[in-house]
Amino acid sequence: MTRLTGVLLAIVGGLAVLSLLVGPAGFGPGQALGALVTGRGEAVTLVMREIRLPRTILAILVGASLGMSGAALQGYLRNPLAEPGLIGISSSAALAAVVALQTGLASAFALALPLSALTGAFFAVGLVFALAGPRGGSLIVILAGIAISALATALLSLTLNLSPNPFAVSETVFWLMGSLADRSFAHVGLALPFMAAGWLCLALTKRGLDALTLGEDAAGALGLPLARLRVLVIGGTALCVGAATAVAGAIGFVGLVVPHILRPFVQSRPGALLLASALGGAAIVLAADIAVRLVLPDRDLKLGVVMAFVGAPLFLHLIWKTRAALA
Amino acid sequence: MSVLSLSDLSVSRGRREVVRKVSFNAEAGEFIGLLGPNGAGKTSLFRAVLGLLPHRGQSSLSSMAARDRALHAAWAPQAREIAWPIAVETLVMLGRLPHLAAGAHPSVRDHEAVADALARMELEALAKRPATGLSGGEQARALLARVLAQDTPLILADEPIAGLDPAHQISTMVAFRDLAAEGRTLIVSLHDLGLAARYCTRMIVLSDGELAADGTPDQVLTSDILARVFGIRAYVAETEHGLVVQPEAVLSPVERP
Amino acid sequence: MTTKQRPDAGKSHGRSTSAFAPKCTALWLAALLSLGVTLAEAETPTRVVSMNLCTDQLAMMLAAPGQLISVSSIAHDPFTSPMHIEAQAYPTNYGSAEEIFLLAPDLVLAGSYSNPTTIAMLRRLRLRVEQIDLVEDLSQVATRLREVGEILDRTAEAEAAVDVFEARLEELRAPVPGGPLTAFYYPNGYTLGTETLSHEILSAAGIPHLAERLGRAFSGRLALEELVMADPAMIITSDPYPAASRSEEILRHPAMRRLTEPHGAFVAGNEWICGTPHVLAALEELAHERAARQ
Repeated sequence: MTRLTGVLLAIVGGLAVLSLLVGPAGFGPGQALGALVTGRGEAVTLVMREIRLPRTILAILVGASLGMSGAALQGYLRNPLAEPGLIGISSSAALAAVVALQTGLASAFALALPLSALTGAFFAVGLVFALAGPRGGSLIVILAGIAISALATALLSLTLNLSPNPFAVSETVFWLMGSLADRSFAHVGLALPFMAAGWLCLALTKRGLDALTLGEDAAGALGLPLARLRVLVIGGTALCVGAATAVAGAIGFVGLVVPHILRPFVQSRPGALLLASALGGAAIVLAADIAVRLVLPDRDLKLGVVMAFVGAPLFLHLIWKTRAALA
Repeated sequence: MSVLSLSDLSVSRGRREVVRKVSFNAEAGEFIGLLGPNGAGKTSLFRAVLGLLPHRGQSSLSSMAARDRALHAAWAPQAREIAWPIAVETLVMLGRLPHLAAGAHPSVRDHEAVADALARMELEALAKRPATGLSGGEQARALLARVLAQDTPLILADEPIAGLDPAHQISTMVAFRDLAAEGRTLIVSLHDLGLAARYCTRMIVLSDGELAADGTPDQVLTSDILARVFGIRAYVAETEHGLVVQPEAVLSPVERP
Repeated sequence: MTTKQRPDAGKSHGRSTSAFAPKCTALWLAALLSLGVTLAEAETPTRVVSMNLCTDQLAMMLAAPGQLISVSSIAHDPFTSPMHIEAQAYPTNYGSAEEIFLLAPDLVLAGSYSNPTTIAMLRRLRLRVEQIDLVEDLSQVATRLREVGEILDRTAEAEAAVDVFEARLEELRAPVPGGPLTAFYYPNGYTLGTETLSHEILSAAGIPHLAERLGRAFSGRLALEELVMADPAMIITSDPYPAASRSEEILRHPAMRRLTEPHGAFVAGNEWICGTPHVLAALEELAHERAARQ
């Protein structure tokens, strides 16, 4: 284990404890953690084990998935602007999830919701890759992303507008901005198997992404199976982003901000960035979810809003830096 | 046994056949200059030989499994791509990927190979620098060091000295000659006929996708081939330092055979 | 007033308005000609259109045969309308100014929170619009009955309805307080405060309301963990609508399920929404529930 991994794990651990302690129900940290571990105090235990614990776990899972997907996409496309939220993968996953919910498919069998969302994500990644070609030129990737995002967002709004459920109509903002409020272990169980499969796929791309630093031809001549690498990146990203979006909505910028911050710490090695970004993603989503509970505790502030405050300026900065390549 | 053998290798791009029935064998210790004007099919030939392009005919390399091929032949593409600001030594270490078992960390042997490659390309001083921050020529040498670190019997390089300053052009050719002297085989595409004549042990000339000549430099660099394939007239002389070739003039179409 | 609103509830009843279209053209001309007369003085209205769920109920109870010509589309919705069967006898409107104007009414009944742009437009078109206030405590039910009775020129019917309502209310009012500590918990974690009709109904049944303990006068979001910590013995909630929504998911949260064991949550029906004599049905049901849980 490298020092960076140790430091990131410590940060994630610290934020996870903090996340367990933050909530509107006023009881002390000792009582909270005591109830979590020992089960003493019926109401406190219920709050800790059924409300705060699944929320904290889900923040870690969603953050790790989005961070790792961002690192993998950037490594594969050799483009620091690639990010699941920005290139329409998250909104496509959200659209597919909403369609599954509104058509009743999601209630037909439990896994229909994440399966549907990952199908949506899969199509979006595939489309971006097909449009961007082997070397993901910044301009093409971003333009393809804008088009896919716009279409997915419009169809998502349309689907919700047509819903016979009056509450669904106003939920566009949840699906496009994401929230972890009042998620339960049912959601953890729904997402975890898919995310784990996604992490495995992406972990297997480590060498391939390193070799791709030299371009497709050189990587191919180094014995890297490029077709397999492509399948792993598409599949892994779709699994991760699909599962995360199905339970938490589309949370943007995680996959952009985290690899960007951590790249210098791994000496820019795209393979090493995968694990670091998974941990960094978990940390940043935990922090954002703590922030939404502290800033406006009774408003269910959306996670995507907080992430956009951090991510959008950084995105502009990156565009500024790569403007020569974009022109 | 030959290090590489090709028989009747052909490549089509769209409807056009860019490489037509090329056959030759390469032996250990040969430094082969692959010559030919722009568009003669040199890059397509390289990529087909490596199995990166679909082709007809036989290449002893492309029929190997990917990992075995990477242990047998290293390839320096013409496009010098370095996507991320990784350190030069990290870049060179990428050449060791085929030698590493899945999940394994580089061994002492790998670090030695990297150090050796850096030394041959005179890059020791730049080892810790981000590769993207180097000059174009330095990047080219770093990428060649990566190829050398792969430590293969066969090295293929597509215009490796284009863009280098004269000193580094010569030192790179010397490094290649030394590698050949150690028993490795190099096939290197070049446009500098003078350097090719001086250092290569053998020349293969491609013209319009076909093998136009194959032999020692003095066999190949005849005024007939220079005129027919390259459309030039050159001063060619045997000196005490070896063969000297100096292109002199472009021939008008009527002057070409 | 309402925690349940189905903006598109009457979608399947679109036929009623379209069937009236040809007739409307003629009526519209008639309306134009008689405009001056209608506005001259507030006589007994003969063409009444109601565009609000609660005024729908009052008008249907009090109007003379033929006097009420249209009710709002959600009056047909069994989720929100306790009179959805009676409402089948009336054509519906979707509450747009154009549609209402073409019905050529001489009186429009609206709620105090009906779309203000629509109300302003109808008044610009010189229609008489009466806005009826919300009911915030049970005594106001009688007030509203009398008010609408006055407007419709049906005071005798209104007085009769008031008498029946007040007598039944006295019968149902619980003499001694008791029963489970109760909280209202609706989609999005929306809970009701003490200044609501629902609180009044709960109090009339003698049941203690959590909002009183927490000092919450106004309705609003209550975090699920705050609800769990308050540990109410009964939770009043709503029936889920067809098709899924994330807002309603909170009602199926495992913590919610644990909290409502073993009786399950009490589902507030369509009688809880408007301050009309139908609240008596809610009160009656609540009294049964209280008895069952003792």
